[in-house]
Amino acid sequence: MRFLPLILKNSLRNRRRSFLTISSLAISLCLLGVLMALYYALFFSPPKADQALRLITRHKVSLTMVMPLHYRDKIRNVPGVREIVTWQWFGGLYKNEQREQKFFFPRFGVEASRMFDVYRNFVIPEDQKQAFISDRRACIVSRATAEAQGFKIGDRVYIKGNIFPIDLDLTVKGIYDMDDGNEGLWFHMEQIEEGLKRLGSNRSFAGTFTILANSAEDVPRIQRAVDEMFANSDAPTRTETEQAFALSFLAFLGNLKLILMSICAAVTFTILLVAANTVAMSVRERVREVGVLKTLGFTQQKILGLLLGEALAISLIGGALGLVMAQGLCRVLAVGMATFMPPDQLTIRLPVFLALLGISLLIGIASSAVPAWNASRTPILDALRVTD
Amino acid sequence: MAIPLSYNLRNLAVRRTTTVMTSLGIGLTVAVLVSVLSLVEGLSSAFQSSGHPRHVLVMRKGGGSELTSIIQRSQFLEAIKFRPTVERNAQGEPLASPELVQTVNLPSKEAPDGMNLTVRGLMPIGREMREETRLADGRWYADGRREAVVGSSVAARYPDAKMGGKFKFGRGEWVVVGVFHSDYPARNSEIWLDANQMAADFGRFEAFSSVLVRTRDEVAAQALINELETDQRLQIEALPERAYFEKQTSSGDVIKYLGTFVAIIMAIGSCFAAMNTMYAAVARRAREIGTLRVLGFSRRSILVSFFLESLFLSLLGGVVGVILVLPLNGLTTGVGSFVTFTEVAFSLRMSPGVIGAGLGFALLIGAFGGLFPASNAARKQILTALRQI
Repeated sequence: MRFLPLILKNSLRNRRRSFLTISSLAISLCLLGVLMALYYALFFSPPKADQALRLITRHKVSLTMVMPLHYRDKIRNVPGVREIVTWQWFGGLYKNEQREQKFFFPRFGVEASRMFDVYRNFVIPEDQKQAFISDRRACIVSRATAEAQGFKIGDRVYIKGNIFPIDLDLTVKGIYDMDDGNEGLWFHMEQIEEGLKRLGSNRSFAGTFTILANSAEDVPRIQRAVDEMFANSDAPTRTETEQAFALSFLAFLGNLKLILMSICAAVTFTILLVAANTVAMSVRERVREVGVLKTLGFTQQKILGLLLGEALAISLIGGALGLVMAQGLCRVLAVGMATFMPPDQLTIRLPVFLALLGISLLIGIASSAVPAWNASRTPILDALRVTD
Repeated sequence: MAIPLSYNLRNLAVRRTTTVMTSLGIGLTVAVLVSVLSLVEGLSSAFQSSGHPRHVLVMRKGGGSELTSIIQRSQFLEAIKFRPTVERNAQGEPLASPELVQTVNLPSKEAPDGMNLTVRGLMPIGREMREETRLADGRWYADGRREAVVGSSVAARYPDAKMGGKFKFGRGEWVVVGVFHSDYPARNSEIWLDANQMAADFGRFEAFSSVLVRTRDEVAAQALINELETDQRLQIEALPERAYFEKQTSSGDVIKYLGTFVAIIMAIGSCFAAMNTMYAAVARRAREIGTLRVLGFSRRSILVSFFLESLFLSLLGGVVGVILVLPLNGLTTGVGSFVTFTEVAFSLRMSPGVIGAGLGFALLIGAFGGLFPASNAARKQILTALRQI
């Protein structure tokens, strides 16, 4: 510790180099931090209390296929099921969404009277809730959607059907807040059924069920029981936790896990190269100085410690800067990804924080070990004789 | 007079360790960019080279995807099949193929939980219109049986759908009796069945998903599209088959944005690293620079020389990066399409354009990294430079 000032002084000697190295490390570590935060947010983030209790049942073959509506009552009788609600992805087109992506937000038809029993995380004023439930042409939108599209209570929303040959003319009766801040518009599922009836198709069906379990222990049991119940029917089901359901969409984007992992590895290796290169350069220039230190009585260990400490100081400063930048970048990115994931999910969490600090420590040591070791072992006379 | 290039090349060779490390760093940056670009290139070439120029795909208005589209049998017979713009085959039959499209969920090695695949029910005319497709293995399905023929990418990626495999679909198990290969890469990600058997399984006799039409020529194709779309009673949208495939290239957008974002940030980091290396090179060679000036080389030629050295260094890195990605060339992977909600397999493609972009990117890193150190070298005073040890 006594040598800390010396270490810092040394690392400031070639300011330009230290600055460039630190910036390079900080930028790379910032990138690594963002990628790890993304990976963590996608694959490791713990479900919210309520979310862990929710299961989603859909047709086993594909989301585009529907299940008979009477499944609902059968599932409700499965032990451990507290409540169940039917919903249907409607899709559709809002304004000229086909050309402009900004008009996109998810739309769901839902059993309005039951949805709040299952989605207990929806926060909505009681009068708005009742106004929505009692009016079949009403809809509610999430705060994020209301802000993005400029919806106010009382606004008419016109959505052209594409999956279903039905157009919707809805009135916004409520704006809800929820813990994860996702976008969404919910309307009465009866609108779809009635619309289809008008077209002569008299089929009632369900696209998706959301189940609320009594307790976390019930979740795996319900999952098995539901899928076994319908395994040999015309419409076999697939039941999974809400989180797993959301992740299954990510599989669509390609093998994201592998891509993220390989990029992270490439970035880490690049950082190591950059750091090792600079340390090697600065040690090489200082061999003579090492000789002088030795004549002054510095032991081999102390010299090794000095050189290692300098590399560590640089990599840790780089790491700290990288962390700060990564957190900032996460904030910016989270805004752009509001449709996919709640904005507070993409952030540097403790495990990522520790991993990044660990990586910068490791890089400090790994990059300097060899040159520092060699320099500290150079005999005094040889060291003093070096001119370059 | 310019300083000979061999001076720079030999310098890079002498300071081997630094050169290797810096160029490897640049190389990895380039590798990330090149692999992403070849992914995107592979994806777009899979879709863009798909589709017959005279084919028109007819779907319900607003559907946007065959999966959600419905064309009534009556619509097909009255409004589409017998239009004069529709080409006829040798037997005088119109080349208009009503098709049923569904998806099936099958597990693959990459996605053990299963991915969706397009299942297409075809009439004999539909198969006739796909003359670019050949049977690679086995035989075609027999009409009226639960037999399937799968595209070559499907057979290679999905264990359940390889030759002789069985999968559950509709009301029973279907046996894979053949594998086809199409010159249109996107088609090789489909499973084909007999349309009538599929209709029976789904109780869907009066409605198809879409209709594929071949027109007499490309002008007629546009005319047909206009006719169908302007007829308000039909509520139909029609588009060239090629355009339908092209629309699906947007599936790779997420990977493209992610990859470009990463590559640009890494490039900034690499720029700093290259700068570091070049500054060190300049600092260590101060006396050399002084000597060069004494010999009569101008400031300009020193600037150019060091700048070129930085470009060499980064180009070396670029080449390393390209070589690192080379083993990935031709690797097959799949991506889901948000148009069809099914998976399409494609191969990574390192086209000359992709390699060029990678090398250009490396040079850009070298240019930014080398500019300041080179001008620093050029500004050195002869006397102070010579005095430095």
